[in-house]
Amino acid sequence: MSRRGGPAEVNAGSMADIAFLLLIFFLVTTTIETDAGLDRMLPPIEPPTEKPPIIKEKNIFTVNINRNGQLLVEDELIDIKKLREKAMAFLDNGGAPSGSADYCSYCKGKRLSESSDNPAKAIISLKNDRETKYSTYITVQNELVGAYNDLRNREAQRLYKRDFTDMEAEYLNPETDASRKEDLKEKVKRIQELFPQKLSEAETGTSN
Amino acid sequence: MSKFAKKKDAGLPAVNTASLPDIVFMLLFFFMTVTVMKDSSLKVENTLPNASETKKLEKKDRVIYIYVGQPTSQYKAQFGEEARIQLNDKFSSPNEVGDYILSERAKKPQEIQNVLTTALKVDRNANMGLISDIKLQLREVNALKVNYTTFEGNAFNNLK
Repeated sequence: MSRRGGPAEVNAGSMADIAFLLLIFFLVTTTIETDAGLDRMLPPIEPPTEKPPIIKEKNIFTVNINRNGQLLVEDELIDIKKLREKAMAFLDNGGAPSGSADYCSYCKGKRLSESSDNPAKAIISLKNDRETKYSTYITVQNELVGAYNDLRNREAQRLYKRDFTDMEAEYLNPETDASRKEDLKEKVKRIQELFPQKLSEAETGTSN
Repeated sequence: MSKFAKKKDAGLPAVNTASLPDIVFMLLFFFMTVTVMKDSSLKVENTLPNASETKKLEKKDRVIYIYVGQPTSQYKAQFGEEARIQLNDKFSSPNEVGDYILSERAKKPQEIQNVLTTALKVDRNANMGLISDIKLQLREVNALKVNYTTFEGNAFNNLK
């Protein structure tokens, strides 16, 4: 009798075929998304009645990109590869004399009186032409963000023996648990206050 | 003695394929978990520029995408060579961006409506003029957090 051996076994021979079919379907539909980029905050539109605050000329680092992708930094034509270095020198300058309210104790710059007083006051102003290529713009943005990151990393290494970018990535990662986040939040904030990102973008000009 | 002689008689044994389904299932589950379904087909060229100081975009549900680039070859005859904006599945003009953001924002749950990020996926050959128009629109609807989506890489490659 065929029933004697208990219930008949299901034939699983075609399981591999079915799984293969599904596998191929998912292989074809998969797009590994590129989901990284440069985070930026746009300035809010100010009410027209408000007067803009007065900023000293020496606290502003102007970067101008023309339609051919050339850079004019502080009225000087420079190579894009030197931009990061220049921006770092400006941010880290700490020109205010010791004893004054703006004195920057952690700056390691040259402390020139004609450059920025304090990283908290230093502003980078970026201006571009309407015909500037997007890729050039991204390169410039990348270098400026890189300048801030390098300086922040330096301070984070000094204070917490760890890179700032690393700490921030862990802080923003949703898988990090809450108590760890709380701890990181303070550190990240502290470093951000040492070198606040002040990157202003003017409306683009139609001509150069 | 006969023990050793016996082996020669048997032919090549068949490879055991019993674990094949397991292996295939493992692969299947891998692809099932990493898959993101395409939600809109691109009508514009979209070669992103490179950047090295990138941050990851976490939480996909909080992101609104805007694509910019030259129309692809099949749309060139109709829409020309100039870079265009693509919102959802259609070409749009810069002044439609604000309304698009507002309508997308309204679709999201209340609690995440003010933490949304706008991801700008812009072709590397686009001009900044169009981007400036988009940025102005975003500022008008108070969508201030933007992410310029890029590939990971050396930023100086962009200049070539």
